This record gives sequence, structure tokens and C-alpha cells, in this order.
Amino acid sequence: MSKHHVSTTINGEPAEFLCETQQTMLDCLRDVLGLTGSKEGCASGDCGACTIIVDGKIVCSCLMLGVEAEGKSVTTIEGIAQGDRLHPVQQKFLEHAALQCGFCTPGFIVAAKALLDENKDPTETEIRYWLAGNLCRCTGYDKIIRAVQDAAAEMRRETVA
Amino acid sequence: MATLNYAAPSTVDEAVKLLAGSSGLAKVLSGGTDLLVQMRSGRLKPELIVDTKKIPGIIGIREEGGGLVVGAGTPGAVVEAHPGMNKSWPGVVEALDLIGSQQIQGRCTFAGNLCNASPAADSVPALYAAGAIAVVVGSKGRREVPVEQIPASPGRTSLAKDEFILEFKFPPRAPRSGDAYLRFIPRTEMDIAVVGCGINVTLDEKGTCTAARVGLGAVAPTVLLVKDAADALIGHTLDDETLKKLDAAARAACKPINDKRGTIEYRTKVAGVLARRVAAIVFDRAMGKTQGKTH
Repeated sequence: MSKHHVSTTINGEPAEFLCETQQTMLDCLRDVLGLTGSKEGCASGDCGACTIIVDGKIVCSCLMLGVEAEGKSVTTIEGIAQGDRLHPVQQKFLEHAALQCGFCTPGFIVAAKALLDENKDPTETEIRYWLAGNLCRCTGYDKIIRAVQDAAAEMRRETVA
Repeated sequence: MATLNYAAPSTVDEAVKLLAGSSGLAKVLSGGTDLLVQMRSGRLKPELIVDTKKIPGIIGIREEGGGLVVGAGTPGAVVEAHPGMNKSWPGVVEALDLIGSQQIQGRCTFAGNLCNASPAADSVPALYAAGAIAVVVGSKGRREVPVEQIPASPGRTSLAKDEFILEFKFPPRAPRSGDAYLRFIPRTEMDIAVVGCGINVTLDEKGTCTAARVGLGAVAPTVLLVKDAADALIGHTLDDETLKKLDAAARAACKPINDKRGTIEYRTKVAGVLARRVAAIVFDRAMGKTQGKTH
């Protein structure tokens, strides 16, 4: 069977790619489109390092076929900053040193951004449940939670101003 | 590696034809959160994947005949955001919500959870308790199947090769009805049930149970609909004697295995305890005392 031709939108731009059925969206992002910000940790939907946003919902790109991206709107870690301006979640991860090795960081940032798009003032419990599907073996999570709380506060200030 | 074909038909007929015509293993793709893992591990080697999500209506929730109809491809996150589902079936919603992470919720479906046929599937005891009906389509047409008749054994369903679930019908809600689901895991999130219990009841004005259904997960090769446990509730208020009978009936239904998550004795004991706890929540919910989530 010939490869599938997929037309989709990635980070606001139209994108087209060719893939085989068994290639996951993560494979397509990394190996076909050269978007290597999304990481493969477990390849079984447990670690969240490959988190992307598809039509407004976060998913593990390792559990989605590339061919399923047809007609969808996809946001990856590469689309979170606006040009040179970091997203508040990215800025606060830096300020709070919410990363060490950094492998899990793209997934955390995409997931946290999606949370703050839905909920401007999440409680610590809400943040911890939302991010339960993102594993970090370095930080112990506390700095990540503080960074997300601070980013939420920053985004609320920006909305008022 | 053999070629893996993919089709995303836009009609039921086309999907059924593809499934019927496949010479090797054909798998229906909804959210893929089980299927892709099983393909990756080599446990499943399908020749054809039929992605049903392009069939109109298979994603979404609508009202029909006083009840709710949930399309088989509707992801967890969409069900959980639906006001009608939360109002009428908080137990079904909280059970579905326990499947995996927020990322999994972006894709996982009732149909996938039911047809993966794991005895520990979280949404399934709540679906059994709700009395949900699966609308199954295939070459011979359309049939309506009580959800408890779908799983046959671990990993196997009663569906024919050319059949798949199109949608789930949730019956109209009588006054003073409530449902709830609890699962026991050794941590707070992201784990597989040691035991899961879903109960659905209807009460009269005095708080006496007039109808009940009890589903138990992870205590037998398939999720169980436990009639004796339901009978322990029907005709009674939730007093100590009723709770004792419910506990005993739940334990008596258990045929669990020993594994790393729990022993036979432990799972059996926990099934009784969970049934009591869920019963307390559903009687409260049925009387309008609380609509809160249990986790």
C-alpha cells in the first residue's frame, strides 16, 4: 500500500506529509516533519513527554496514528511561544528552575498551557491531577507545580492589563 | 513486516463492508489508547485498521426519547464536559474520568473501554449499573445489546467480525435516581483497579430502593453485573442490615485471581467494602443530598 497523504494544520500553518499506517503522530512529527521538540519516553501513553494539542484537547502523540491528523489542528511545543516571546508557562519554568534534564519539559509545558487555556485559576490539586499523565524523574514535581501556578497568576494579570 | 492498511470510511455500510471483507485481523480504531499499545507490543498484528471516527454522529452526545445517546467515538474529555451526562449519570462520568491521564481522556472512549474487554476497565461497571444499551451495527443490520452482553472473556467480545458499536443509549432517568463509581487503587491516580464498583439506584419518596443495578470490576474474568447485590438493595432503605447483605452478595460474586495488584482474599474483601461505600453515595445522590464527585 502506498503511503498516506495527510493534510493538516500544525502550529497554525497548513502542513502536508506522507506516512505509513503504523507511524504514530509522534513518528511523523519527529522523523517526517523534523519537529523534534515532542519526545518519546515510553511510547505507551504513560509518560506524557509526547503531549500535543489536537483540536483543543491534549493527547499523547505516541497513541495517535499520523494518518489521523488529516483535517485536524495540531499544536506542538514548537508552537507554544509567539515568535521570540516565550509563553508565560515557558518563562516561569525557566524562572522556577522547573526542569533538570529537560526531557519531560515539552510535554509538561504543552499540557500546562492547555490547562490554563481552560482554567485560568486552577488549584494546586487541579494542577497535580491534570499533570498526572506527565512523568518527571528529576524535579520531584514541586517546582513544576509552582511554575504553573505562577504562570497562571501572570496570565491573569495580563488579562486584566 | 506485512503491510498494514488503514481506512476511514464515512458511512456505517462502508465500515461494515471493510470489516467483513478483511482476510486477516481487522481492528476498529476509536481513541486507540489500547489498540496502539497492543500493536506496538506485538500482541496484536492487524492487517486492517478501520477508523470509525469519520462516520457522522459517532462523536457527540444527543438527547433522544428522554435519554442520552453517546456516540461510540466520543472522547472522555467531551463526555465529562457535557452538562446532561454530569446531571443524569455522575457515576458513569466519574468512572470514565478515572481512565488514564488527561492526555488519555482526550482520546479514550466507552466503546474502546468496553470492547478491550479488560475485567478492570473503569467505565464498564458503571455502564453495567446504568443499564446502558450498545447499538451494534454489522452486515446483518442493527441490533441493540445490553452492555453486559458485550465482553465475553478477557480481551474478547461477543461482537461478530463485521460488527462494531455505533453508540450507547442511556435510559431516561426516573425521579430520585443516582449512580456512582469507586475504584480501589494503592495510589491516588494513574493506576489500574484492584476492584471497581458501580451502583445505580432509584428510590421512592421514603428512601426505599425500588430499582438497583450493581457492577463489579477486576474480581472475575469479565466485569460482573451482580443481581444478588442489587436484590439486597431493592425493597430496603440503606440501613445496617441492608449494607451487610449487599457486602455479602458482592463478596459472593467474586471469582478473582491472585496477582501483583491484590490477592483473592483481599480483592473479595475490598469488593464488599466498596459496594457499601458506593451504596452510601448513590442513596445520597438519589435523594439530592450531594452531586459532588467522589475522588
